[in-house]
Amino acid sequence: MDRNSNSYIFIFSVIMVIVVAVVLSSLATALKPMQSENVRQEKMQNILKTFVGDSLKIDGKSIELTRAVASEKYNDYVLNQYALDYKGANKDGVDAFQVKLAEELKKPLEEQTFPLYEATYEGKSYYVIPLRGAGLWNAIWGYVALEEDLNTIKGVIFDHAGETAGLGAEITTDWFQESFVNEKIYQGQSIVGVEVKKGYQGGNDKGDNAVNAISGATITGDGVTAMMEERLKNYKDFFEQKKQSKVAIR
Amino acid sequence: MSQEIKDTNEAKKKKDELILFLTKTEERESLLSKANRKLLSDPLDDNNPITVQVLGICSALAITVQLKPAIVMSVAVVFVMAMGNVVISLLRNLVPNRIRIIVQLVVVASLVIVVDQVLKAYLYDVSKQLSIFIGLIITNCIIMGRLEAFALGNGPWKSFLDGIGNAAGYGLILIIVAFFRELLGSGKLFGFEVLGHKGLTLEESTGLYALGYENNGFFLLSPMALIVVGVVIWYQRSRNRKLIEEN
Repeated sequence: MDRNSNSYIFIFSVIMVIVVAVVLSSLATALKPMQSENVRQEKMQNILKTFVGDSLKIDGKSIELTRAVASEKYNDYVLNQYALDYKGANKDGVDAFQVKLAEELKKPLEEQTFPLYEATYEGKSYYVIPLRGAGLWNAIWGYVALEEDLNTIKGVIFDHAGETAGLGAEITTDWFQESFVNEKIYQGQSIVGVEVKKGYQGGNDKGDNAVNAISGATITGDGVTAMMEERLKNYKDFFEQKKQSKVAIR
Repeated sequence: MSQEIKDTNEAKKKKDELILFLTKTEERESLLSKANRKLLSDPLDDNNPITVQVLGICSALAITVQLKPAIVMSVAVVFVMAMGNVVISLLRNLVPNRIRIIVQLVVVASLVIVVDQVLKAYLYDVSKQLSIFIGLIITNCIIMGRLEAFALGNGPWKSFLDGIGNAAGYGLILIIVAFFRELLGSGKLFGFEVLGHKGLTLEESTGLYALGYENNGFFLLSPMALIVVGVVIWYQRSRNRKLIEEN
């Protein structure tokens, strides 16, 4: 058959497309359960990591917080999960862990669900809040753990879909995330989060709601700032209720 | 008698067709003959895709801020280029000439998706590191260039070697550029602070930073990658006189 005839080209294309489609879709279907399991485990790992750090201390022994360890121990530490509405009331029948922020963000504020994880580790309670926003190229997201005062940051985790390696992608590095530890999210009575500031002069000041930015990653840094403020301020009502109830108990 | 010769000829032809995946010259050649070895070594120096052919510059700028991603990218390109070359070489007698670029794109894109999916399932952490680079491999000019220039006209084994060689030549330059950019731009190698720790004040700093050394932030930006590539080309040509064009 003439390789340059239209019918040959047509048949060749059709066969090629079918073969490629079948191979790729069956591969994707076959690997899907493993991939989702990885994603689930990673979410648990991230939530734990914000207040546990890199290694878990169990009975005086320290175990590296791998994905497998995290999924095994998750329920031992995360005792309560809330799916809140914008007024801070718990929505019944919604599994907070299954809430996808990417979809929630598209809804109007009144209809969104705000997940919150309450955890206990080494005798202290922590509140972990998931974040999601926009970086330079694609989505960025993260988790922030607050201490019992619902103001001081215990730890943060950031991740991204497609920020530039060495620049925006540096938000995933330890040194950047560590600079958020002990920062406060409240300024006076309102929640402002933590600003990622260029030319930051504050040194180790933890009371100024700001940390030093990454050179060459201005837009990603601004994304982190916006994400922190936008997401955290929606939890204010819940925080106030919590604080009130604590005062009442005392 | 003539009938007999015709028969043997036909039998021979059939045999040739049977060995679908090998060209006749390849049958006679040893797997790592001098010519085949040259396919591997040539792209490292005399015919380097980046410094001599000036292909694949785009990714050489984008992902050479740090050594680690540069190395991971190089490994991924070695895989995709070798496999892509083999697949296209096997198909070279079937692909219609007029849509060959589309076919090449489909092959490369499929391979990249396979790599991405498998990594996500079995090597999740590596896949996270690679993230966007995997997709970028599709657009790498070197891959399309080799498929078009080599794999379409040569057997699978030669194409395989050519793919490995070119990807290695590409990776070599990537790693050299990344070495200088990470060292001079952020004072680190593989994320380790090799020049000492830069504290917030001079007293808190150690190593070179204690003497007042500063990182050159310009190295973090893409234009500096071009300049580093330029210096590499300069050095290569001063050493390898064959590469200097005669006017």
